[in-house]
Amino acid sequence: MEIDDFITAIEEEFDNLNPGDVTPNSVFRDMEGWSSMHALIFVALIDSKYDVLLNGEELKSCVTINDLFDITRLKLNGGGAKA
Amino acid sequence: MAELRLKHTAVKAIYSVIPKRVYKTHDYPYFSEDEAKMFANTTGIIERRVAATNVTASDMCFKAAQSLLEDMNCHHEIDLLVFVTQSPDYFLPASAAILQDKLGLPTACMAFDVNLGCSGYVHGLLLANRYLQQGGLRKVLLLAGDKSTISTHEQDKTAFPLFGDAGSATLLEYDAKGKDWFFDAGTDGSGADAIIIEAGHSRMPYQSFDDQDIEVAPGVVRSKKHLAIDGMAVFNFALKNVPKSINNVLDLSKLRTEQLDYLVLHQANQLITDSIRKKMKLPKEKCPSSIGKYGNTSSASIPLTLCSELSEVLKKERLCLLLCGFGVGFSWASLLLSTHNVATKLLEYD
Repeated sequence: MEIDDFITAIEEEFDNLNPGDVTPNSVFRDMEGWSSMHALIFVALIDSKYDVLLNGEELKSCVTINDLFDITRLKLNGGGAKA
Repeated sequence: MAELRLKHTAVKAIYSVIPKRVYKTHDYPYFSEDEAKMFANTTGIIERRVAATNVTASDMCFKAAQSLLEDMNCHHEIDLLVFVTQSPDYFLPASAAILQDKLGLPTACMAFDVNLGCSGYVHGLLLANRYLQQGGLRKVLLLAGDKSTISTHEQDKTAFPLFGDAGSATLLEYDAKGKDWFFDAGTDGSGADAIIIEAGHSRMPYQSFDDQDIEVAPGVVRSKKHLAIDGMAVFNFALKNVPKSINNVLDLSKLRTEQLDYLVLHQANQLITDSIRKKMKLPKEKCPSSIGKYGNTSSASIPLTLCSELSEVLKKERLCLLLCGFGVGFSWASLLLSTHNVATKLLEYD
């Protein structure tokens, strides 16, 4: 699991994002028009790509894309309650 | 986990009713253009049907049942009427009792309501089977419908554009030669707050609470008498439990996913149903969707999808279907059943 793939998947998921728009330090809630719908799309994307289901509390604990990547990797490696 | 093998039951007809009035996602005044586009792309909901103020869930189910009973000419053979709804006409009596009278069913007919939402139709099919399989009853009329739009606040962007109204009627009968059905269900009441109308019943009677509208989040306005939904909690619940339940039913039946003709999921939203479908490794064409036209219609979404998307094959072909309802409670139920020569009709309510 590489962060570049993670970022590419996110950039491909949202119409208003272009390659290079997202970095590990990007604050995902600063995305234009951020809403609860964006949060659901992130969780669905991570579930679909990595078979890791993040819950609302886990998402709340993340600020940057790197935080999301880290928690996903942790759960993927058995460090959390994998779905 | 409740897992069961069911015998001697056949589905003879499924009729559904939708209101004529159409609400389009892009016309929702509290969405910006971008929000409307994202909502439609994510939930799949392009438009939905909304019942008029004076029309209830029982009215829509009555119309479906009336048409079905006329076509099948079997009023006198209905020994049980089950009405699955979370939007009954009154606190009491049960709407099923009122429907028994309006439909002209015999007074010997049992009738009761079942207070379940999105999992309710599949639970209703199980109930019908439990009464029929001993051979004592002749026919069961299962009504499932909701008027969810009566509970949502117009300025709640998370709920108002999601729900549509619909009713349905399904006729089941004893069938000595019917193939076995397979059922799995479960409940996780720790998720009760995820989809809830807090006020208006015994826990918070109408006189006891402040029913002022509150902006609980940006663009989300409601009071305690309105339906509140936590989309993230629902998504997590569904992805954790629904694929397991579907696999439990497949294991019981000793069938493989690819042997299903169709997996018909409760139409929660397209993000959830697509995620479940991908986990089950099924192609889109095996997982029919009606959410784009009708929104989330709660207990009616599975019969409505059957009438809307599978009408021709239900009439003509022998099918192996897996139905799965999931949602408010949390509650879920999956049923694998065989069908043959099922009459269907999709009607509009003026």
